[in-house]
Amino acid sequence: MAGSTPASPTVDAAPVVVRATTRARQVTPWTEAWRRFRRHRLAVAGAVVFVLMILAVAFGPLIWRVQINEIDFTAQLQPPSWAHPLGTDDLGQDLLARMLYGGRISLSVGLAAMVVSIVIGTIIGSIAGMSRGSIDAALMWLTDLFLSLPSVPVLLLLIYLFRESMKHLIGAELGTFVLIVVAIGAFRWMIAARLVRAQFFALREKEFVEAARALGASQIRLMARHILPNALGPVIVAATIDVAAAIITESTLSFLGLGFPPDIPSWGRILFDAKDNLDVAPHWALFAGGAIFLSVLAVSFMGDGLRDALDPRRVI
Amino acid sequence: MNERELRGQIEDVRTGKLSRRAFTRMMLGLGLTAPLATQMLAHSGIAVAAEKPVYKPTKRGGGGPLRVLWWQAPTLLNPHFATGTKDQDASRIFYEPLAAWDPEGNLLPILAAEVPTIENGGLSEEGTSVTWKLKQGVKWHDGQPFTADDCVFNWEYAADPATAATTIGSYKDVKVVKLDDYTIKVEFSKPTPFWADAFVGYFGMIIPKHLFGQYAGAKSREAPANLAPVGTGPYTFVDFKPGDVVHGKNNPNYHMENRPYFDTIEMKGGGDAVSAARAVLQTGEYDFAWNLQVEDEILKRLEASGKGRVLVTMSGNVEHIQLNNTDPWHEVDGERSSIKSKHPYLADPAVREAFNLLVDRASVHKFIYGRTGEDTANYVNAPDKFVSKNTHYEFSVEKATKLLDAAGWKPGADGVREKNGVKLHAVYQSSINAPRQKTQEIVKQACQKAGISIEIKSVTASVFFSSDVANLDTYPHFVADLQMYTTTMGQPDPGVFMRSYLSGEVASKANKFQGRNITRWQSAEFDKLFDQADKELDPVKRAALFIAMNDLVIKNVVVIPVVTRPVVTAAAKNLHAPISGWDNNTYALAEWYREV
Repeated sequence: MAGSTPASPTVDAAPVVVRATTRARQVTPWTEAWRRFRRHRLAVAGAVVFVLMILAVAFGPLIWRVQINEIDFTAQLQPPSWAHPLGTDDLGQDLLARMLYGGRISLSVGLAAMVVSIVIGTIIGSIAGMSRGSIDAALMWLTDLFLSLPSVPVLLLLIYLFRESMKHLIGAELGTFVLIVVAIGAFRWMIAARLVRAQFFALREKEFVEAARALGASQIRLMARHILPNALGPVIVAATIDVAAAIITESTLSFLGLGFPPDIPSWGRILFDAKDNLDVAPHWALFAGGAIFLSVLAVSFMGDGLRDALDPRRVI
Repeated sequence: MNERELRGQIEDVRTGKLSRRAFTRMMLGLGLTAPLATQMLAHSGIAVAAEKPVYKPTKRGGGGPLRVLWWQAPTLLNPHFATGTKDQDASRIFYEPLAAWDPEGNLLPILAAEVPTIENGGLSEEGTSVTWKLKQGVKWHDGQPFTADDCVFNWEYAADPATAATTIGSYKDVKVVKLDDYTIKVEFSKPTPFWADAFVGYFGMIIPKHLFGQYAGAKSREAPANLAPVGTGPYTFVDFKPGDVVHGKNNPNYHMENRPYFDTIEMKGGGDAVSAARAVLQTGEYDFAWNLQVEDEILKRLEASGKGRVLVTMSGNVEHIQLNNTDPWHEVDGERSSIKSKHPYLADPAVREAFNLLVDRASVHKFIYGRTGEDTANYVNAPDKFVSKNTHYEFSVEKATKLLDAAGWKPGADGVREKNGVKLHAVYQSSINAPRQKTQEIVKQACQKAGISIEIKSVTASVFFSSDVANLDTYPHFVADLQMYTTTMGQPDPGVFMRSYLSGEVASKANKFQGRNITRWQSAEFDKLFDQADKELDPVKRAALFIAMNDLVIKNVVVIPVVTRPVVTAAAKNLHAPISGWDNNTYALAEWYREV
């Protein structure tokens, strides 16, 4: 971590360097990170699961070609079978098809909202961390202001105000998507901003930064090349938490009727619909809940692994 | 059935050839309401003998606590300010009307000594006045006597626009005169066929003059008794947390013998319909739960745990889909769905008829509502299997397809039908509620097969049913092509119910969306029929007019009725709780007891 005494990497890493003398020049920071990431078994498992989920929701509907809204009253609340691998809901709709379709929405909302919040948070955090005095103070006031806003009511207000205009601009589904992503992202950047700022405070006084500054590096270069890469560890962990929070926030909005239309089966919506039938059709809720759980867990492990891999001072 | 046949039937009842109950059922079959049927009899001079619910306890009190669950909690306890049944039901614990409606649609005297009829001189032959004799010896919870002054005061209080009472509609067009301390006369400016409105049922609860007297008019909201009621009811007030819980305790001076049975009452709010049903039927934490719009499958499963039972009581409520007659997507004079505009495709009768063919009511009834909603073809219909003979409905995707083809609506490149550049794409909105969303999906699927694309929208109930003038998501704004909800027959007479189709009642910005005509359908023929019915004192002719109005609405597909919605409540296994579909759930709270 920042501020801790760096152990010497040369002692442990020496044999590798010796064996790979001929290729030593080719080891870029990214291949090094990849090598370190692979050592984190849970992270690798998480990455595999997450990639599999993305592949499944991306290509699954091309293979499993059942309509998501095909109502069949003869097959209500059926447990998993060959005809319906994940069973059916109370309108006899195939849950596998719905899960695959809903996964596209839930995962893309989660990832996109995470990107939005991290980008905003990092920019604000870095500016605040590099500048001293009034800009820093103003930005932190802004952060505190956002932290103190009750996010759900404000989200509801934002969506209520802009839903219609977005719908007219780019269509119902895409409009809702963009609005939800931006709204969730805009209310989750504060943690990232504070983390980045704290990291900047610690790092900007370090010797290597001073050395860079002595060599004449500009503020921008100092930020982008020297400090930011070293500050990313905790931000990546925060990002993984954001993915989970965004998936859950999307479900909350669907529940309140301000998310996607109710017939679009995002995972949160499936879980909501399933709750009244938990006693007779647990499969309905379990698959949707399991998918949310698994994706959030996988992303968290990946974040853990990435943090270790991207922290050059950590010895693996 | 024409007027002469009806008169014949009434004569049969008079001579005893036909039972009163059989007559009422026959009227239900014609799409009339039970109260209207009994009024027809009353006007023809046939005494209405309400059957009192059976009551076994032989002493007052000793029943322990009664815990009831109103998942929408009451927010105030003055019946004249009540918005929605939650407030009325809670007020009814403490306040009472002169008479209540029993499940058969008969008047049951509460604070009245008897029900007015022509024989006892209560009703005038011309239909211009009603004389109520009040029960003597009734005391308010604080010991003051209940007299005619209180009734006259309630009229003055509610009829004053400055009071801003929600009950104003029942009192503003009448005049109440005190004849003596225990007799009042309600006078109408014109012959009024439906006289049992003021002082009866939902809007009839009476508040004491000695506590509210100085708070009539503009100061009405400042009365301390608005939140701490002093009434004549079976339970006296203990405490009240608005939006959470109401507590009451046994009234030792109640005016009916051996009543009430329970020592205390707790009315708790919060949660949703399913959790309320569960608390009564499965866990047994509560004795009674109100308004359960829950899929019947779930109710049946909860019932199987044996702690309680579901009570299904007939009422006139109908879940229906409204078709917008105006254009919801373009502003005219700063207003969406303005009466000056025309809907781009719903103006075509063929499209309306196609929608009518695409609503699979039988499946909605069978797979969603079950006992809690029978499929129907009528707008005015008492919830019985008998339906008006003039109407019928059908579900057929093929017929709808043929109809649209014939009318020139051809499928476009994306499979959605279009004509002259207008696409059959409909936004279909409703409130958030699982059975409603499922109905939406069933309709959507059938429409897709016929080449109509549907976008489902659901709005949270507290917004959808609010009277917020600025919010476009409320049902009176109707910013959608189709919308679905239940019209409750709050008043047991189709008069108010049928105002929903009057040309003069169109909801608009000008009347702050208070107009009852939400579909914005206008028909001179309907207006004429309604005018006739409004003036018609003869209840038989009036009944025939209402049937004609119902048929006109159905024939023009102004709305598509889906299911009738009886009052669905849940009660603990041993709780005896009489419920009426024509009055508050707590209308007979004094009669409630536990079998031991």
